[in-house]
Amino acid sequence: MTRLVGTGLELAYDRRVVAEQLDLAIPDRSFTVIVGPNACGKTTLLRALARLLKPRSGGVYLDGSLITSRPSKEVARELGLLPQSSIAPDGITVADLVARGRFPHQRLLRQWSRDDERAVAEALAATRVADLADRIVDELSGGQRQRVWLAMALAQQTPILLLDEPTTFLDIAHQVEVLDLCAQLHADGRTLVAVLHDLNQACRYATHLVAMRDGAIVAQGPPAEIVGEELVERVFGLPCRVVEDPEAGTPLVVPRR
Amino acid sequence: MTTLALRTPSDRISLRVPRRATAVCAGLLVVTFAVAVVGLTTGDYPLPLGDVLATLVGRGDPASTFIVETLRAPRVLTGVFVGAAFGVAGAIFQSVSRNPLGSPDIVGFTTGSATGALIVILALGEAAGPVGLGAVCGGVVSALAVYLLSVRNGVQGARLVLVGIGIAAMLESVNAYLITRATREDAFAAAHWLVGSLNGRGWEHVWPVAAVLVLAVPLALALARPLALLEMGDDAARALGVRVERSRAAVIFLAVALTAVATASAGPVAFVALAAPQLARRLTRSATPGLLPAGLMGALLLAASDLAAQRLLDADLPVGVLTGALGGIYLGWLLFTGRSRA
Repeated sequence: MTRLVGTGLELAYDRRVVAEQLDLAIPDRSFTVIVGPNACGKTTLLRALARLLKPRSGGVYLDGSLITSRPSKEVARELGLLPQSSIAPDGITVADLVARGRFPHQRLLRQWSRDDERAVAEALAATRVADLADRIVDELSGGQRQRVWLAMALAQQTPILLLDEPTTFLDIAHQVEVLDLCAQLHADGRTLVAVLHDLNQACRYATHLVAMRDGAIVAQGPPAEIVGEELVERVFGLPCRVVEDPEAGTPLVVPRR
Repeated sequence: MTTLALRTPSDRISLRVPRRATAVCAGLLVVTFAVAVVGLTTGDYPLPLGDVLATLVGRGDPASTFIVETLRAPRVLTGVFVGAAFGVAGAIFQSVSRNPLGSPDIVGFTTGSATGALIVILALGEAAGPVGLGAVCGGVVSALAVYLLSVRNGVQGARLVLVGIGIAAMLESVNAYLITRATREDAFAAAHWLVGSLNGRGWEHVWPVAAVLVLAVPLALALARPLALLEMGDDAARALGVRVERSRAAVIFLAVALTAVATASAGPVAFVALAAPQLARRLTRSATPGLLPAGLMGALLLAASDLAAQRLLDADLPVGVLTGALGGIYLGWLLFTGRSRA
């Protein structure tokens, strides 16, 4: 049983077709990572899964029903998204921004329930930004800010969380910090789907890897089973050696010279 | 905490009250009320507050009743209501365009209202009803044009502002052309209307704005939360379950209605819609669009400007001259301090 499935997807922006006849089932409780060269359509696919982009044909199904046919707020209680770039409103505090993640659980006369308060406190604690709660988001460092956005997505309390390049613009220490946090969320029972640029990080953290090229899925499965020299050559056009990561035991891609 | 949570024991109803914004709203209400009282009691024929109250409950003498109910009250109320409508509409446009310049007087909606009003004035002569209708039609048509020209995969703030400035420039030249084709009397009436004024406003100017406020403001407040989320970008808002296009179209419709009807009552009074939301936001220090504080700030700005123009400068000075001058200073300050949210 997989909750989130895309079948026969044709994805396009205006006239530019990015992908045709794309099928993808996100294994429940997996940490699925989508990788591929620039412009291969991985972010487009994630946007379609998050119902931000309407497929030209085919459809994305959540629990068997077409995701675009369900009330948007109802979907937002099941499926959260950390977009690649969001705009922090001028002068907003960390606590207020994270509280906005509660929108799908709120109504006009139910704006700030005890559940809301609890969920926000938990999200702040899980991402270790509780100390920053009263700070202005604009004044934070890049790494802190990304944790705050993640906290907002967490406050949404969705069983499925999609992340679009959550580590962009972060230095390597903060990249690892965010990915460790994602791994923790996955271990707690969530289904995660992330687009990542770094193939080695993808191999280390993913339980299910999806390799894309030119709008098509070239291979998918556990990284240790699918990542080899031949796949990397085929997907990225990069001659390389694949060795064992001395820390994690996962595949480690080393470009040839 | 800077907010107060009000909840029923079962959690069925829970509200979140920002303390500072609430205090600011209360303060603005009090000051606006005081300005209104000064407006009703002072002037060429000063009336003690007791006499004013007596006329309001129907016990005044004929002279003071005439002064209060026919001359002063409609003028004060038109100022307060028009200012409030401009304030709320300005806050909505600035939020939707994510730009402090995204206000109806910059992006051509009020200029369009002026075009509509000018056509009526020049074709039919000046009379409250048809001029107002012309202003509403002109505002709605120009808003529709700006919206349709700036929409491409949703509305983007910068494009809305740029398209709006372009449309405004074209409509300005249309307005100038219309005035050059008019008779001397019509041209004078048109020029006077174009400045924006509360002179000689009667109850027929009060009721339309009051009605649109009563209808539009509660709806706008109900849409304030999705509006706040839209500021974070369409993807973020949609991911949180906001029906992006629908919410945006709805708030823009409300803002256009408020702008058009307010312009119909007082003319295109400059800069209230631009300045009120920003001033209110600086007072509340809130990161939300703050529709209510912006509306109250607009009411205060316009009522106080009109009072200052009448009592301190020249009884016949149109309020638009004063708000225009103040707004110019404000705009310069805004650009100078560079607090652009674009």
